[in-house]
Parts: sequence; structure tokens; C-alpha cells
Amino acid sequence: MSQHTDTWKIAGREFRSRLMVGTGKYADFRQMAQAIEASGAEIVTVAVRRVNISDRNKESLLDYIDLKKYTLLPNTAGCYSADDAVRTCRLAREAGLSDFVKLEVLGDEKTLFPDNEELLKAAAILVKEGFTVLPYTSDDPIMCRKLEDLGCAAVMPLGAPIGSGLGIRNPYNIRIIMENVKVPVIVDAGVGTASDAAIAMELGCDGVLMNTAISGARDPIAMAEAMNLAVRAGRLAYLAGRIPRKLYATASSPLEGVIG
Amino acid sequence: MKIIVNGEEQIIPAMSVHEYLHSIECDPMPIAVELNRSILKKSEYRTTFLAEGDQLEIVWFVGGG
Repeated sequence: MSQHTDTWKIAGREFRSRLMVGTGKYADFRQMAQAIEASGAEIVTVAVRRVNISDRNKESLLDYIDLKKYTLLPNTAGCYSADDAVRTCRLAREAGLSDFVKLEVLGDEKTLFPDNEELLKAAAILVKEGFTVLPYTSDDPIMCRKLEDLGCAAVMPLGAPIGSGLGIRNPYNIRIIMENVKVPVIVDAGVGTASDAAIAMELGCDGVLMNTAISGARDPIAMAEAMNLAVRAGRLAYLAGRIPRKLYATASSPLEGVIG
Repeated sequence: MKIIVNGEEQIIPAMSVHEYLHSIECDPMPIAVELNRSILKKSEYRTTFLAEGDQLEIVWFVGGG
């Protein structure tokens, strides 16, 4: 199946690429723009931060992202309460003029695991205010169902802690989450290399979101291309249907006509 | 008068939010402004005047994941 026919939707908006990428931790904006291009992503995450009043770098991130081509997904990274996350989303909507938000409410600096209690609070408020909410959450099927029930447009369970590169630690939970919700399931965080992204897609996830795996690679632009291919390969493999795992061998060549 | 901008105290003459943003060369940038914890729409910048003790948050997008 070509990428052109295998589209998917978030809140009614259609996308072709199933890879979503972050914009953080690149050497410079140029490298970031090249990596985004190589990744084939259509959705890019950004953070909302105070403008440095006294010593401003006048170059804006948005000078390097063509908003006709890419959908911005502002995040609430660094927020540890529902209140801060909601404030950040309101600011993001005003700055970006879009309702899409990646909602994250963190519970702990060391693990950056979500505070799901605060996440639910924030999601409820934001959905009521008309935001398209994509929440970063634990790989917890019950939480994901609650977030869907609140009206979130997708659920984004973590594969492993943010920036850890540990891969998909609990593929079984991810599978249960997909059975439990109807909205898109996007694995967000934990991917370390291309095979991790392929595994997420082979599980049947609708998309994968990553930042550090690309920006932290020795060659971020090459890794962005690798992720592009891995997400497409994983998706194709999922659609093609893998063979069942068996303990013993099954010969691929005919048993008849062997010489001797 | 004294206002707080992004957590820092600033002494400024009486002016509108639009004039203030212009004075710090922020006006052409894709920013969002919160005045005393309420979002200020871009259409309100010219008609909103800063008052003593006001708290402004001026944000924009930076790289993030």
C-alpha cells in the first residue's frame, strides 16, 4: 500500500506521514529544518517559553518551519500542574492560532513520567475550551480510555521515559491500549533507534512521536531519514500481517526431490 | 511605573501593550501575551494600557519535543 492511500486523521485533519517529530536540542535551526524535511513528518512539536526581553536572539524558530507545510503541535513540557499546562495551552493557541496541543503534565523531574491526575484535570478543561488535545500519558490502558472519554483527539502513551532511548518497554500494554480506544494511538517518547519506531508501528500504532532519537544522533539528518523509513516499513509490515511465531522450524524449500 | 515582565521588574512610562512590545522590538514576532494571568488577544494590544504592578508574560515558540 502506498503512503498516499494509507492516510490517517486526527480530529478530522488528514495526514500521510505517521511520524511526528520534535524541534528541540538541535545544533541550530538549519540542522533542525533539514532533519524535519528528511523525516517526512507533517506534524512538528514546539515548546512555549518566555521571550528573553533583555537579550533576545531575534531569529525565530518559525522562520525555519513553513506553516503551510507543517502542522505545529505546541507542547506543555515543563509543566507540573494542570493550571500551568492550561495556561501554556492558551498562550500557545494565541501565538500559533491553532487548537492542536500536546498536553503533558509531569510528575517528577528524574523520570519525567506524567502526573495522570493533573493530566485528566487539564484535559477536561482544554477539551471544554475547544482545544484538540493530544495527551502524553503512561502506557496505561485505563488512563488512555479515560482520556478518550474526556474527548481527547488521540492518546500518546510513552514507550519509555522521555529521552531515554529504551524503546517500547511494554508492547503488550500498547496493544491493549489499541483495543481499548478508538482515537489514534501515538507512541510518544522512548524511541532510541529505527527498529524501536518500526516495532511501534508493527504493533499497529497510528503514529510515533520522537525528538531526542533524531536530534541526539551523531548525524541527525541521516537518523531522521532512517526514522522516516522505519515508520513506513513498520506500518507496511503491520498491514501486510506478520507470520505467527513458532518454536520449531518450518522448511521453506520442498522436502521432495532432495538428492542422495 | 513598575511592571513585572516575564518575572522581571521593569520601569516604564505609561503606554499601551502595543507600544511596550514595540519598545522591546517584540511586535513583529509570533508571540502571545498574558496580562495578569489572562490571555490578551492581538486585537487588544493597542487598546490595553499598562498599569502599575501589572504582570506581563510574553512567550513564543522554541524548540521542544
